[in-house]
Amino acid sequence: MQFKAMVLSNVELSPGYFRMKMTAPQELASSAPGQFLMLKVNDAIDPLLRRPFGLFDVGSFLPEYAGCGAQIYCEILYKVVGKGTKLLSALHHGDLVDLLAPLGRGFDLGPAGEEKVLVGGGVGLAPLYYLAKELKNRGEKVRLFAGGRNRDDILCITEFERLGVETYVATDDGTLGERGFVTQVLEPHLAPGTRIFACGPTPMLNAVAKMAQKSGVPCQVSMEAYMACGVGACLGCVMKGANHTEETPDYRCVCKDGPVFDSFELQWS
Amino acid sequence: MQRPDMSVAIAGIEMRNPVMTASGTFGYGAEFADYLNLESIGAMITKGLSLKPKAGNPTPRIVETSGGMLNAIGLQNVGIDAFIDQKLPYLKNVNTPVIANLYGNTLEEYGEVASRLDGLAGVAGIEVNISCPNVKQGGIVFGTDPRAAQEVVSLVKKNTSKPLIVKLSPNVTDVVVMAKACADAGADALSLINTLTGMAIDLERRRPVLANVTGGLSGPAIKPVALRMVWQVAKAVSLPIIGIGGIMTGRDALEFMLAGATAVQVGTASFLDPSAAQRIAREMEEYLVEHGIASVRSLIGALEV
Ligand SMILES: Cc1cc2nc3c(=O)[nH]c(=O)nc-3n(C[C@H](O)[C@H](O)[C@H](O)COP(=O)(O)OP(=O)(O)OC[C@H]3O[C@@H](n4cnc5c(N)ncnc54)[C@H](O)[C@@H]3O)c2cc1C
Ligand SMILES: Cc1cc2nc3c(=O)[nH]c(=O)nc-3n(C[C@H](O)[C@H](O)[C@H](O)COP(=O)(O)O)c2cc1C
Ligand code: FES
Repeated sequence: MQFKAMVLSNVELSPGYFRMKMTAPQELASSAPGQFLMLKVNDAIDPLLRRPFGLFDVGSFLPEYAGCGAQIYCEILYKVVGKGTKLLSALHHGDLVDLLAPLGRGFDLGPAGEEKVLVGGGVGLAPLYYLAKELKNRGEKVRLFAGGRNRDDILCITEFERLGVETYVATDDGTLGERGFVTQVLEPHLAPGTRIFACGPTPMLNAVAKMAQKSGVPCQVSMEAYMACGVGACLGCVMKGANHTEETPDYRCVCKDGPVFDSFELQWS
Repeated sequence: MQRPDMSVAIAGIEMRNPVMTASGTFGYGAEFADYLNLESIGAMITKGLSLKPKAGNPTPRIVETSGGMLNAIGLQNVGIDAFIDQKLPYLKNVNTPVIANLYGNTLEEYGEVASRLDGLAGVAGIEVNISCPNVKQGGIVFGTDPRAAQEVVSLVKKNTSKPLIVKLSPNVTDVVVMAKACADAGADALSLINTLTGMAIDLERRRPVLANVTGGLSGPAIKPVALRMVWQVAKAVSLPIIGIGGIMTGRDALEFMLAGATAVQVGTASFLDPSAAQRIAREMEEYLVEHGIASVRSLIGALEV
């Protein structure tokens, strides 16, 4: 779906990280955690392409205007890294943005009764919040393992805790939680009956996918790729599938077949 | 005033308006059905089809540049058989002409793909890509050497009774020479331009951004080059021309028509705005209404120099 959304708020959470809330049409209420949106940051041709962001949260709110019914909102959590996100960070309440959403394949929540393990690196926490909310709504046990370079990279932990999620934190420099990689903190907690949902930098996902395979734990990963169209038309966003070889290529579209994949579907280095 | 007449015809393919979607930027049509009415545009062109399915290039395949983008998809496509089995049935139900874009790795392959498409209901015409900069064999060789282009076009012509459109490369010194060669070999129409070969460098890693090193530049950045080529070719050959390159608005499209194009194709714009082709057709019509012009055809080649 293509629609115009009004920015409701756009707040800097920690240096370089923003959380932006926007209005959304009713249809977005039936989106799935792990799906994403493509946002046009302005009407100009620079930046030319839309920017993809995971859905951080979708919900409903009561606007302040008298007589208004409940209205759907969506949120993204983003890091300022370049031209587009810099422009995005300057938007204010009342500004309009053009969105395509919901796009792609989201997380498969899996059967009830398992322990759900969420693993996020940096801004990879973004789609995991919406996921945690859905899982908690189903009454599941959810743990979150969050990693980053330093304390500024660990975002919204209290929001997760407010949902009733047990949280574990690791930072490279030890400024928050344990010192080291999030995967080290994660490893002792993997056991049959758990299911992993991971999003973050590719090396982290690589490590998590391998760990999951070793422990025989099902694992879904949310991937990133450069995108132009977001709808499966340009074939710009592909990634190597598990059976990919030079002779028998096997490419998967991140925007359409993903961004969430079962870890065994992909080729890991 | 009555609504202006927006219809045009390219080599016998009747279109309700001059706006077509460009090969490789509109998937196989269905990808965009949620975002626009496929029956509001002039024609759809498929992703470039080859004899065998093709996997395409390693990643990264795309990168944004100022006012444009580079792509090195490498003509990934499902292959002609899967197109016929899986994609064409859907397209047949859409009341808009479908033009199959094709290419071959060898001369013979061009002929073979063309002949397989020939008998097919639901394919209104074929567009031969002799201009892809992203594949090592084929593509570009045929598009930069007038003799090779002539060979491909004559062979395809022998293998098809459908209208034959040849898509030219801008990566040549004199596009008019290529256009004349294709016209002489039997092309029914010409489309131009394909992407311009370009490059982007990652300064931190001191490496090319694209795995393929170079890619094809498209988007608003190429529009002036495309307009110039359409204008040059329109003066030199009498075939109908389809203008392509950086068209984002109805006004952009009309500039191409003034330069001599009978129709236009919308490429990169569909990535930014999936309803771009429909919007552009509407904007063209609005311009005609505002200026009291009865038929869009009256603008073709109406440039005053
Ligand atoms: C499915 C998906 C979900 C994402 N979710 C989030 C999220 O929730 N929060 C967040 O902060 N970031 C997310 N990203 C990454 C985000 O899209 C990029 O950081 C952003 O596009 C950078 O834009 P820029 O103009 O600031 O950077 P520039 O470097 O100026 O961008 C230049 C080009 O590169 C592309 N690009 C740059 N970095 C990335 C990247 N990591 N992945 C894909 N394309 C990139 C841009 O889209 C643009 O086309 C997601 C990416 C994908 C594919
Ligand atoms: C991602 C991408 C894929 C393309 N694939 C094809 C193709 O398969 N065959 C072809 O003839 N042209 C292909 N093209 C070229 C376009 O059809 C068009 O000629 C070019 O993009 C210029 O138009 P634009 O500036 O409006 O995008 C492709 C372009 C892009 C951006
Ligand atoms: S972004 Fe175009 S196919 Fe995925």
